[in-house]
Amino acid sequence: MNTIKKILGLVWMIVAPAIIWFLASQAIQKMATASVMTKSNVILQWGIILTIFTPICIGFFIFGYYAFKGEYDQLPASSQDLE
Amino acid sequence: MSLDIKPSKISLVIGASSVGTLIEWYDFYIFGMLATIISKQFFPSDAGTSALLSTLAIFAAGFIVRPFGALVFGRLGDLIGRKYTFLLTLVLMGGSTFAIGLVPGFATIGWAAPILVLILRLVQGLALGGEYGGAATYVAEHAPANRRGFWTSWIQTTATLGLFLALGVIILIRSNQGVEAFSAEWGGWRYPFWLSIILVGVSIIIRMKMSESPMFTKLKSEGKTSTNPLKESFGHKANFKMVLLALFGAVMGQGVIWYTGQFYAQSFIETVCKVEFIQSRNLMLWAILFATPFFVVFGYLSDRIGRKWIMMLGMLAGILTYRPIYQYFLDATNAKNRTEKIDLVHTVVSEKLAIVDAKDGTKLYVVQKFDTAYTDGAVFSYTKTDTLHLANMVVDASAGSIQYTQANALDATKLDTIKLKLKPAKGIILDATKTAVVTIAAAALKPSILVEKTLDKATYWHLIWLVFVQILYVTMVYGPIAAFLVEMFPTKIRYTSMSLPYHIGNGVFGGLVPFLGTLIVEFTKTADNPAGDPLAGLWYPIAVASICLFIGVIYLTNKVDKEVMD
Repeated sequence: MNTIKKILGLVWMIVAPAIIWFLASQAIQKMATASVMTKSNVILQWGIILTIFTPICIGFFIFGYYAFKGEYDQLPASSQDLE
Repeated sequence: MSLDIKPSKISLVIGASSVGTLIEWYDFYIFGMLATIISKQFFPSDAGTSALLSTLAIFAAGFIVRPFGALVFGRLGDLIGRKYTFLLTLVLMGGSTFAIGLVPGFATIGWAAPILVLILRLVQGLALGGEYGGAATYVAEHAPANRRGFWTSWIQTTATLGLFLALGVIILIRSNQGVEAFSAEWGGWRYPFWLSIILVGVSIIIRMKMSESPMFTKLKSEGKTSTNPLKESFGHKANFKMVLLALFGAVMGQGVIWYTGQFYAQSFIETVCKVEFIQSRNLMLWAILFATPFFVVFGYLSDRIGRKWIMMLGMLAGILTYRPIYQYFLDATNAKNRTEKIDLVHTVVSEKLAIVDAKDGTKLYVVQKFDTAYTDGAVFSYTKTDTLHLANMVVDASAGSIQYTQANALDATKLDTIKLKLKPAKGIILDATKTAVVTIAAAALKPSILVEKTLDKATYWHLIWLVFVQILYVTMVYGPIAAFLVEMFPTKIRYTSMSLPYHIGNGVFGGLVPFLGTLIVEFTKTADNPAGDPLAGLWYPIAVASICLFIGVIYLTNKVDKEVMD
């Protein structure tokens, strides 16, 4: 199981930047094709999406890194393990 | 450490925590419940879907700042105590909700209206971000180890009961006032916001009588409280990795399951299936009422068999059944799947009425309502609006009727003279004897048709059942999660550590379900398929829940932590 956790950690480290790239490319495409009437709304909507999901994806990358390093092989049994 | 707390005190702890949290949820939800009206009041009247999306964006903004509220108030809660922190969040929430009800509409103060609403919505989000972690921590720190899931599940019911209260208040006011008075700039839609100040006042009085959490009091007396909860929660790898695991392995999936079952379902039934306003809300009320006890059932069960697998099962059920459920919603409310009751297809229920556009006097709307009845008892109401552009404005504002000529629908060489009653503008008394004669310059090619469907009893109860099933999934993922999160983190930084993943999972991943769902459907609209794929919005919660389920199954443990007091 621990090997699977580590291999998946690598997967999460690849998926996280892939999501950012996908969202950024979608944002550029939608803003480019938006009409004058809807442009400000499209910028607002995609601005919100990118602002929110970029830090979350960074967190997801760190989660993957920790998993890859074996940090989740053994979960803490008490609060002392967290200090 | 073991806690010896009397049963009467336990009830007070749960009651006082739950009432305040319920009211905060009520405050937070009324905005979403009234999104359609708010979009008309606080945005330009001609913005259409863009206005709704912008309102949903403001609605979502309230969710997005919740993690920041979690950081600010979580830190306070770990420094000065649980009790005073969630008293502060209550005051902020009540004040900002009341103030939203006082903001004038776009017609009066222009763009200042949506900006003010956005600011107040952000304050709401910050307050809610601080509230939940405090309430869950407070109750859990009073609970014995083998009953923690059961006790905290009462706090979990408040989010759904807050929605129930919000729906109930809105339906009550709207039913009493009528649609027009309810939707006016200073109409009844503002009353639920104003009511908040009374509810919050009552809740503050109850909470003032509460004492501090025994565990926090003990830590404080021993001088063991954290001096920098933010640094200890997120600066230390050992704790931060658990924050990440809580978010990606449990809370983000729980968040999307929750908001799909309780918000996307209602939005879908009302805006996509076009079920009538009161009926769509009533069916939500029934489903919530039937499903709410299951929060406590699954909370109790999680003390017996562990938290993990109950939550994972809830996610799996959502992933597998969302598309069939929503497909049924579409099929059951589709006119093509019904048999009309009478040969006369359209039964006219009101005569044609002309309305002059309030801002553009050369625009005239011709409105007609008609119903179609079906053999099963359902009635679908249609409001057809033709837009006509006049060559000149209606000069006489007091004219009781309007007259114009237009080409005959069957023989374009002939002209028909049309005379219609005019709907009076606000504050104007019409003279029925006067007729304004106008010339039509152009007519819009397609009439706009607004549909409102009143369902037959069988379909109505089928829909209640399917919404109930979705809320049952919510109870599975949400019932045990407070106890699950409390057990993940140590007492001295618990408020901060559990609040952040909870509010990112629920506020961000969950709160964005209606907004992103609507946006994804917009993307599927093309010239060939102007309606788009109405089920496409479900891919967002399905994808997030799938990733979370996968991570949860592999990385989480099902062990119930007995030593939560360390």
